Amino acid sequence: MTPNARIPEGPIAQKWDRHKFEMKLVNPANKRKYHVLVVGSGLAGASAAATMAELGYQVSCYCFQDSPRRAHSIAAQGGINAAKNYQNDGDSIYRLFYDTVKGGDFRAREANVYRLAQISVNIIDQCVAQGVPFAREYGGLLANRSFGGAQVSRTFYARGQTGQQLLLGAYQALEKEIAKGTVRMHARSEMLDLILVNGVARGIVTRDLVTGKIESHVGDAVVLATGGYGNVFYLSTNAKGSNTTAIWRAHKQGALFGNPCYTQIHPTCIPQSGDYQSKLTLMSESLRNDGRVWVPKKQGDTRSPAQIPDAERDYYLERKYPSFGNLSPRDIASRAAKEACDDGRGVGPGGLGVYLDFRDAIKRLGADKIAERYGNLFEMYQRITDEDPYQVPMRIYPAVHYTMGGLWVDYNLMSSIPGLHVLGEANFSDHGANRLGASALMQGLADGYFIIPYTIGHYLASTKLEAVGKDHPAVVAAERAVDERTKRLLGIRGKRTVQSFHRELGRIMWEKCGMARDAAGLSQALQSIPALRQEFWENVNVPGSGAELNQSLEQAGRVADFLELGELMCRDALHREESCGGHFRTEHQTDDGEAMRNDDQFAYVAAWEYGKEGGAAVLHKEPLAFENVHLATRSYK
Amino acid sequence: MNLTLKVWRQAGPGAPGAFAEYQARDISPDMSFLEMLDVVNEDLTAKGEMPIAFDHDCREGICGMCGLMINGSAHGPMKATTTCQLHMRSFRSGETITIEPWRASAFPVLRDLCVDRSSFDRIIQAGGYVSVQTGNAVDGNALPVPKPDADAAMDAAACIGCGACVAACPNGSASLFTAAKVSHLGHLPQGQPERYRRALKMVAQMDLETFGGCTLFGECQEACPKDISIDTIARMNRDYMQASAFEPGENRKSGGAG
Ligand SMILES: Cc1cc2nc3c(=O)[nH]c(=O)nc-3n(C[C@H](O)[C@H](O)[C@H](O)COP(=O)(O)OP(=O)(O)OC[C@H]3O[C@@H](n4cnc5c(N)ncnc54)[C@H](O)[C@@H]3O)c2cc1C
Ligand code: FES
Repeated sequence: MTPNARIPEGPIAQKWDRHKFEMKLVNPANKRKYHVLVVGSGLAGASAAATMAELGYQVSCYCFQDSPRRAHSIAAQGGINAAKNYQNDGDSIYRLFYDTVKGGDFRAREANVYRLAQISVNIIDQCVAQGVPFAREYGGLLANRSFGGAQVSRTFYARGQTGQQLLLGAYQALEKEIAKGTVRMHARSEMLDLILVNGVARGIVTRDLVTGKIESHVGDAVVLATGGYGNVFYLSTNAKGSNTTAIWRAHKQGALFGNPCYTQIHPTCIPQSGDYQSKLTLMSESLRNDGRVWVPKKQGDTRSPAQIPDAERDYYLERKYPSFGNLSPRDIASRAAKEACDDGRGVGPGGLGVYLDFRDAIKRLGADKIAERYGNLFEMYQRITDEDPYQVPMRIYPAVHYTMGGLWVDYNLMSSIPGLHVLGEANFSDHGANRLGASALMQGLADGYFIIPYTIGHYLASTKLEAVGKDHPAVVAAERAVDERTKRLLGIRGKRTVQSFHRELGRIMWEKCGMARDAAGLSQALQSIPALRQEFWENVNVPGSGAELNQSLEQAGRVADFLELGELMCRDALHREESCGGHFRTEHQTDDGEAMRNDDQFAYVAAWEYGKEGGAAVLHKEPLAFENVHLATRSYK
Repeated sequence: MNLTLKVWRQAGPGAPGAFAEYQARDISPDMSFLEMLDVVNEDLTAKGEMPIAFDHDCREGICGMCGLMINGSAHGPMKATTTCQLHMRSFRSGETITIEPWRASAFPVLRDLCVDRSSFDRIIQAGGYVSVQTGNAVDGNALPVPKPDADAAMDAAACIGCGACVAACPNGSASLFTAAKVSHLGHLPQGQPERYRRALKMVAQMDLETFGGCTLFGECQEACPKDISIDTIARMNRDYMQASAFEPGENRKSGGAG
């Protein structure tokens, strides 16, 4: 089976407009008869729920935090891209499209990316109208910066809190609709399964995280906007609660999973300081605009950085990639840091770190200017490490940050299950094998404000849906299955904590399926993960009961799903015999260590079908055609 | 480091609560406060006891989900720092640390250290937004905003909605939280059409939620992890007074902005 991407006909620049015209509309009076369930209240979910409610649909929205305002989109620091060309520096929709396809290492769907670039300009307008306090120039106009390896200045930002401000904009739009009664919000509610009726997505089963009540919710369409699954690595820049449960449950019900192994490792995070570490903190990539990355030339050099003269420092990014230097894309910068550390030249505890040095920038611009640009980041760094980056270079190390993979969706953002739509980081679309900085916020809001409100109408107008009540056998069965799984987790009463399993899984994933992968390591992981999973189900200790606020139980359910997803990621990584973007197979590299793609055999989306009854996952391929941006080796030299 | 913890334990909403004492051993000064609690919870779980429930998510000081009263101060001893960003190097080995949930009538305890802050969402529902629908925006640069206004808006918009201001206030007032939103939108041209109505409605909702009145103690500003200034409250009060003068009838009887 080849998954049908349903890409509209016509020249790339006209596809979306044409499609918008050709899609069916739901008559305004009928909209209120439809009920859409939106799981997730991040940029993607909140914008989708608010906009669909404005259009007249009845919407229910769910999140596991205590308020929709706390979704992990809140943590995005750097900015959001848009092809406004306000700087007159040669940007255009076409250039943003081109950069994104190339940055994704030719593993994204052209038509989706083009639409994303088109919509990017509307997003900024929308957010400004909501009162998002973007940075401004003295003349009162919007400020931009260049970000994440782009050669034009197209990134809009709100200090170091862009995600927070964009999310609060979407959250406020959502609260406005909640006040009108068009959205019913269910906070502290976790989706634990998807309800299918005759193969069509018609509802979800949730657990109320305060009372423990397991409940089903039925509607006419389901939208998942549940974020990324980077926490499969245990340590990542994601929030502690970020999980795969919603999309994994949907996958087990038949939704194809696209490119699960594409993971983005961000080059500038604060290195781990001990085994107790619970998460990793990102330092915004904007720091690379002024900081210089280096390690000592000599292996095992334990001198303090100030004692190492310039001639004995290796500014390896500037050396290897003279035209992009310290601004090389994320995957390249991360791998180069790993190479330096593998070579015994890493700094700090365990040799797992490289310097990000502001000495020269401070000399050139003055400490005041640097403080103005990065003051809050420097403070954050100092608070965590107790070191002053104005005096000593920062130490940074790559960390898991973003998952390009996710549920497979067609051009309408519908998964392979009719009625199940997937938005934001939870879907696989748009970023290919590597995401460019400031593009995730753009994608989440494009999906939520400007795409799903159209395509959901088309789905509802062209589908005949039977009436389904809470007493429908499929609903009752789904609810019972969730209840049984919960009881099973609580009944094991073994000897190991949930966290210890999560940590162990994370170590396996990081070592075998992290920044560099090879067949031997992946094959080992494919042995050790199922063994760990088996032990989990025999020996995990989940205290308490299901009928109360029970954080161990919440965590246990999420880790159980990560233990299955991890295996699929390794399987995908093992099958993809090439290196592309964030997926680096050591067997496939050039003599000087650069990634080698294999376009003849792997220019496709790997869309995995869940292996039923213990069987192996089944691979389906959506071929990718590059008609506008021609396949080329990505070079940043 | 070795520490003694006195932690508020409460099985559920309305259940009686009490302090329980725990030992936290071999704590590294580089751990965050929540990582220290993780270690204690791992021990409790291994012993078959219920771990201490506390809210948290991002663990980088931005989601506003964490929040503990630590030795009587909201978010602990460091200024402008959330609980998740507080590190154990701020404490001394041998110390006893008292850990409680936010205490306010508008924030009922759900379990142990978790409280219900949905009252904050309802204050936003009352008017903390610009009534603009998706799709009807003009070009982002069509409406220039003087940089000082944009900066002032951003200062107020930095609020993370954690509730430390309420917990720190002797009256349990939500004025700083409410004023931060009123100021954020009030500083921008986009926020002008609804400016006065917004102040009226949000203040009225704040009163309905059983938050206390503001008597300008200033404890909120001290406790705020994002340094939101108490000046925002003065601004809210001005908007509220003007609104009450202009819009007789609506919400007239509410207790005032404080
Ligand atoms: C530290 C950091 C910095 C970043 N900086 C940038 C940046 O500068 N620019 C950029 O473009 N991108 C950035 N990103 C990436 C970007 O922030 C995310 O990809 C994006 O915000 C994801 O949005 P989302 O709406 O898809 O998911 P999220 O914001 O993660 O929201 C997920 C929602 O789903 C809910 N949910 C999840 N599971 C369940 C469940 N089972 N049941 C019920 N609800 C559930 C959650 O409660 C939440 O509401 C950054 C990411 C991180 C981690
Ligand atoms: S956990 Fe997010 S602010 Fe502390």
